[in-house]
Amino acid sequence: MKNNWWKALAIVLVFYSIVGGLLFYVPAKPILNETIRNLYFHVPMWFSMIILFLISVINSIKYLRSNNENHDLKAVENVNVGMIFGVLGLLTGMIWAKYTWGEAWSNDPKQNGAAIAMLIYAAYILLRNSIDEEQKRARISAIYNIFAFPIMIVLLFILPRMTDSLHPGNGGNPGFNAYDLDASMRYVFYPACIGWILFSVWMVQLRYRIRKINNLTTN
Amino acid sequence: MRKLALLFLFSFLAIQLKAQEYTGGIEMATGMRSSGKIYVVVATIAIIFVGLVWYLITLDKRISNIEKKVK
Repeated sequence: MKNNWWKALAIVLVFYSIVGGLLFYVPAKPILNETIRNLYFHVPMWFSMIILFLISVINSIKYLRSNNENHDLKAVENVNVGMIFGVLGLLTGMIWAKYTWGEAWSNDPKQNGAAIAMLIYAAYILLRNSIDEEQKRARISAIYNIFAFPIMIVLLFILPRMTDSLHPGNGGNPGFNAYDLDASMRYVFYPACIGWILFSVWMVQLRYRIRKINNLTTN
Repeated sequence: MRKLALLFLFSFLAIQLKAQEYTGGIEMATGMRSSGKIYVVVATIAIIFVGLVWYLITLDKRISNIEKKVK
């Protein structure tokens, strides 16, 4: 329990965000209506993905500096779980877009950017699987990862803000900036983000430990 | 660290729930049947989440056991 307190914290925070996110007061806005509550569930998916990809790129840099295989394993498992959260983010966003923007996929810069970012990381996994030699695979994929991360940031946060985007908080749309200031929503939104990030790190840890056992038993 | 975590958790107790509307003494839908039965949905999602968490915890324990055996 000494080392697992953060897992308990993740469970408590996410559980709290589910109950609070569905029941607590939210401002009434036209078009959005109750879908404003998606902020508590859809956005933490993306935040978790970005944090996992960040941990991954840090481990890639560590690998290049140390040639320690553990860093490479951490890098790949962070991307694997990050992809799950990215796909969940895309799907939840599409459902929401269908009922607020009118179209599940309207080729919005934010949607296209997110899709391209997903493909870039899918290519990372493909690249890994296409190289048999372990050290070569680790080194080449680490370098690829270092390039992929800033491109993902540009696609998700910079390009959509430079043009018009329907997505809240982007382009000419003031979007969630006004609602974010609503104190009652912060009480749920911040714990939800912290909870889901910890939860995703827990998932990465499990996959990493399985990989370590696998390596120990096959060598 | 644990004290900090507790402090963090208790700070959320400060949230104020919206007061129930006055119904004029007539008995209205209560408990799980009130507020358009949203509590039923909350219970459903909560059960699903608890189930998934339980699954993850057992998986964690199993991996810990195998780790001990391997070492």
